[in-house]
Amino acid sequence: MCLAIPGKIESVSEHEDPLFKRARVNFGGIIKDISLAYVPQARVGEYVIVHVGFAISKVHEEEARKVFEHLREMGELEELNP
Amino acid sequence: MKYIDEYRDPKFAKKLSLEIHRITTKPHVLMEVCGGQTHSIVKFGIDTLLPREIELVHGPGCPVCVTPLELIDKAIALASREDVIFVSFGDMLRVPGSSRDLFSVKARGGDIRVVYSPLDALKIAKENPGKEVIFFAVGFETTAPANAMAVFQAKTQGIKNFSMLVSHVLVPPAMEAILSSPANRVRGFLAAGHVCTVMGYTEYGPIARKYKVPIVVTGFEPVDILQGVYMCVKQLEEGRYEVENQYARSVVKDGNVPAIAMIKNVFEVVARKWRGVGPIAQSGLRLKEEFRAFDAEIKFDVGQVTAEESAECVSGLVLQGIRKPHECPAFGSRCTPEHPLGATMVSSEGACAAYYRYRNIPHPVRV
Repeated sequence: MCLAIPGKIESVSEHEDPLFKRARVNFGGIIKDISLAYVPQARVGEYVIVHVGFAISKVHEEEARKVFEHLREMGELEELNP
Repeated sequence: MKYIDEYRDPKFAKKLSLEIHRITTKPHVLMEVCGGQTHSIVKFGIDTLLPREIELVHGPGCPVCVTPLELIDKAIALASREDVIFVSFGDMLRVPGSSRDLFSVKARGGDIRVVYSPLDALKIAKENPGKEVIFFAVGFETTAPANAMAVFQAKTQGIKNFSMLVSHVLVPPAMEAILSSPANRVRGFLAAGHVCTVMGYTEYGPIARKYKVPIVVTGFEPVDILQGVYMCVKQLEEGRYEVENQYARSVVKDGNVPAIAMIKNVFEVVARKWRGVGPIAQSGLRLKEEFRAFDAEIKFDVGQVTAEESAECVSGLVLQGIRKPHECPAFGSRCTPEHPLGATMVSSEGACAAYYRYRNIPHPVRV
């Protein structure tokens, strides 16, 4: 129910009231019209996490990368201390 | 898909599994709050990658499961009216009420439509001015901004034939209800990543301190969940009980500020009854006074409905992490996803339905 999935913004349609701002978002080839009311700062090419037709966050790329950097470090430490 | 596939990489999952084994020295019971996480854990067999000492119990975070029987009966009563188009997310249609479900109303000619977004329900209202359009607004904090927006737009656009049957619940009060139960076994939480995407995680600090439990905001993919478990176990092994954020690519401390503002604009906090658990103070939302004209329960005077749950069903205990699905004598025999006795067998995110679908448990299991 709280399923939300990341998609890439293909285009944005501006509106004078940010509550009506919308975007076309690509989810692995499926494109949907999504409300940007709650993430009005998101730009074309960025990824947003979408739930029931609304973007609820912008994916923070650096934080996404950190998870794997941390995991790689774990591996290196393991090899140092077998 | 980017931001999904890499979080399912077995290489990283294995690494985390090894690290969890390395740091675990004693037994710990952790609860994942969200039904989406339960579904991932059972589907990918994440619990089988953990040391024997770590037990995952499955939390109450499935809105379909915890919507009270009385509200399902009210939905069925409203959907049966000739002047009504009843609009819902798909997974509510199979939930059994006292005597039937919404699907059976549809089969008898009721105009019931499934939508992806509450804004689709608003569109149906605009296109059908001669009908009353009622949206079944079910959900946790994650869905509240979307449902709030539909009501807000209905009001600003003067759409009078639109209303909502509201069944909105909140996660932190349910976590407190579990922790304050004398039967509680939970020593650490994986908090629901998308609830926290909307609300942030400042609400969890007082809970972590009061009950001395670590709370780790966690995502939904296997690597996310394993990392959440790792962070939670690390705290328990070091004697810490803090709020940490594993799902930082989506969650910031203060949440989504405009979304929270819209929730507060449209909804107010009230006590709600949770199916299988009972009433919990301050655990849900209803429309505020200025939006009451859009409250279907008031608009249509459905009255008080009382309904009886199956006496055999232990879903309340499952939702609180006290019992496991396969420990119920009805599991897989008298209770299946086709003929559910209670909350946790109803939705695919319910713990019983997930065990039924993905676990190769001989049915029925007697204990």
